[in-house]
Amino acid sequence: MLVTVRLFARLREIAGRSELRIEVPDGGTVKDAWTILSGRHPELEAYAASVSCAVNEDYTRMTSLLHDGDEVAFLPPVSGG
Amino acid sequence: MSDVPLDTAEVAAAVAAAGCGAVVTFVGLVRDRNAGRQVRFLDYEAFAPLAVRSFERIAAEASERWPSVTLAIHHRTGRVAIGEASVAIAAASPHRADAFSVSRYAIERIKQISPIWKHEHFDGGEVWIEGATADPQDEAARQFAVNRACS
Repeated sequence: MLVTVRLFARLREIAGRSELRIEVPDGGTVKDAWTILSGRHPELEAYAASVSCAVNEDYTRMTSLLHDGDEVAFLPPVSGG
Repeated sequence: MSDVPLDTAEVAAAVAAAGCGAVVTFVGLVRDRNAGRQVRFLDYEAFAPLAVRSFERIAAEASERWPSVTLAIHHRTGRVAIGEASVAIAAASPHRADAFSVSRYAIERIKQISPIWKHEHFDGGEVWIEGATADPQDEAARQFAVNRACS
């Protein structure tokens, strides 16, 4: 299946883009998408323990299943205010 | 979420109503110094739709604990100069105690769960400020915000 990945702040800089499409095996999870992504951009591995994720603009868990066409967002630790 | 300067009077007006004896506004400003660095400006990035949902969530959490309070949250994106407002919060309630508590609760929760990032530009470089791992389900973090609001 094909999913859209959105990246923010430092993660966006590491990947060199804010949005990309990746192929994830059917039955894959958010974590699988992250693993594919950090395989391409090893600097992302530093965020493995601190990254948050959202699917279709809703916070979710790395264990959530993905579906074709989903938009998954990876968020580094936040600093609003 | 807004990429133009925040109007703090507008945020307060959004929550004021005839039954309210108090409106507490909190305005967060960009400081000129941080961690020993001379800050030039901040550039705020956000995942806007999820940020708005996080504000709605914070308002829902607040109204569960403080049912009489109405809350408004406005946050900047883009380049914000020293002394400019990055966030404006207004909480209105019949009596002042709850409005003070909710304004404090809201800023603590924004810092915990809103998908917004400061890119600090300082003399000699730039750095992404990274605080909390955003997890709205983290009950310990939420309790920490409640404790701050009630202290």
